[in-house]
Amino acid sequence: MAAGTASATPGGRPPLGAARRRWGEDVIRALLFLAAMLSILTTIGIVVALAVETFGEFFADPIVQGKGADGATSIGGYLNGIADFVFGTDWSPNIRPLSFGVLPLVAGTLLTTVIALIVAVPLGLGAAIYLSEYADPRVRKVLKPILELLAGVPTIVFGYFALTFVTPVILQAIFGQEDVGSFNALSGGLVMGFMVLPTVASVSEDALSAVPGALREGAYGLGASKLKVSTRIVVPAALSGIVAAFVLGISRAIGETMIVLLASGAQPNLTFNPLEAVETMTAFIGQQATGDIPVDSVRYKTIFAVGALLFLMTFVMNAISIRFVRRYREVYE
Amino acid sequence: MSAASPGFGTTTAHRRVPPAPRGERVRNVVFEILLALCLVLACLLLGTLLVDVISDGAGSLSWDFLTRPPSALPTLAGLEPAIFGTLWLVITCVAFIVPVGVGTAIYLEEYADRTRWWNRLIEVNIQNLAAVPSIVYGIFGLAFLYRGGLDLGPVILTGGLTLGLLVLPVVIVTAREAIRAVPPSIREGAMALGATRWQTIWRQVLPGSISGVATGTILALSRAIGETAPLLLIGAVVFITENPSGPDSRYTAIPFQIFAWLRFPQEEFKNKAAAAIIVLMVVLIAMNSIAIWLRNRYQRKW
Repeated sequence: MAAGTASATPGGRPPLGAARRRWGEDVIRALLFLAAMLSILTTIGIVVALAVETFGEFFADPIVQGKGADGATSIGGYLNGIADFVFGTDWSPNIRPLSFGVLPLVAGTLLTTVIALIVAVPLGLGAAIYLSEYADPRVRKVLKPILELLAGVPTIVFGYFALTFVTPVILQAIFGQEDVGSFNALSGGLVMGFMVLPTVASVSEDALSAVPGALREGAYGLGASKLKVSTRIVVPAALSGIVAAFVLGISRAIGETMIVLLASGAQPNLTFNPLEAVETMTAFIGQQATGDIPVDSVRYKTIFAVGALLFLMTFVMNAISIRFVRRYREVYE
Repeated sequence: MSAASPGFGTTTAHRRVPPAPRGERVRNVVFEILLALCLVLACLLLGTLLVDVISDGAGSLSWDFLTRPPSALPTLAGLEPAIFGTLWLVITCVAFIVPVGVGTAIYLEEYADRTRWWNRLIEVNIQNLAAVPSIVYGIFGLAFLYRGGLDLGPVILTGGLTLGLLVLPVVIVTAREAIRAVPPSIREGAMALGATRWQTIWRQVLPGSISGVATGTILALSRAIGETAPLLLIGAVVFITENPSGPDSRYTAIPFQIFAWLRFPQEEFKNKAAAAIIVLMVVLIAMNSIAIWLRNRYQRKW
């Protein structure tokens, strides 16, 4: 292409010759491409590790198939193991009688996630609307770093706060000491909500700020108040981005480990009572993994099976979120 | 808006827009207060958290606490191996994420043809990786770095690489922004003078975006320092009395030590954990301040 344009230059100058091929440049380009490929390899690695251990080892284990440690495995047993895992309501991978029904962990994750969202969605969206539509630049300059600071607090610190402050000082004072255990879903979920809040706020605010000013001015010109402009014009126009923020928030809450591990406990519990202790999928993995685990043990394999389910759930959420973000970018940019 | 009251004459030359009805104005004010309350609540939580941690931990904070190994006795327990463990993790992490992260950013910004599906795949993939739960990275580290695959064992190198993979998307995204901020005219100027593509990148684009790259790296590291969940899986040790001596030593890290202390039944260890949290937060705030300072001091206006 370079030669084509060069020969077309007016003025009768000789066309530029093709540059000497520089191998160093090609090597550098290849190295940079390899660096970029590492991220793809990471994803592949995660998927392969989870899939191989889950479908090749966990479900193929005679214990998981319900045939005892020395039992013969079979295809029927394999399918049975999968059915028990997905629909089973008893999770007891370490204590006999062993049972591998994952629903109690899923219920724990759902419960803490819903509590977190009840906190993070209204507060995050409210904060985003305030920052994007109401706050004047000076107030913004003070408030945004505070949200960033909140986003930068390590989750172990939130976990400490939930365990040593929210549960004993707030929840046990409200609901009574005998009704609230030192581990409960509510405390982990509430604090997790504040952990997720900055994510919801910042992604929503991006979407709200991407709404063109002309839409707002049009509405003001027709006599709408600020409340009407914010709620009837700007929020609907940014809806896909706001949905993306919520979905990303769900994904963050599902994947959070330390807060729920510290504050919500480690007892698989199929319950929707927020004052009881539960075990989330992440807390199970964290709990199960501490210490040196032999590679062939069922204990080791359960980490991967639960991890696979966790990855699948967050992956679906992330994919939805990425799709929604792209939609509003396409409309307004 | 039916309050077109007769007071505002329609016959005058200048029609006045009638003021919004009272209910509407009240609703507006209430709405704004509610919105502001959302932020106030977030600030309040952050404030309570900090006060709680400081009031619990300040009493245990001392020079001895920073220079002693952990102990089964709460009065003797200290943080020194964890501090050195975190330091070593940071060093291995930097050595990994800077070349790989910046390399990826350069590739995506300077070389990649966005119409090709594989380049778009790389971008979407990085977006997705940024939202993969940290414990899943721990599982990856367990499967490929600690055990099978590289089989490094539960050492600093495993920890540094796992945390590096976890924060790589942060480095890539910020480095890309910094590289994109260098105006195309700089590149065109260099190319016109006969520089090759890499010479242009190495001598013009990278020096022009170095402050943004450094800021992104520091922010990524501050995230890595606070991560606990992956360390549970890749074998950080609860009880270690020696400082790590290199990438092949076993280790503990500050957040992991906090977690371990919170697991002890004695109440005194909770205060130790709070003191360690103070140390961790001070380090993080210092790093973030450096990042902000770097950004303001060296950011070039093109």
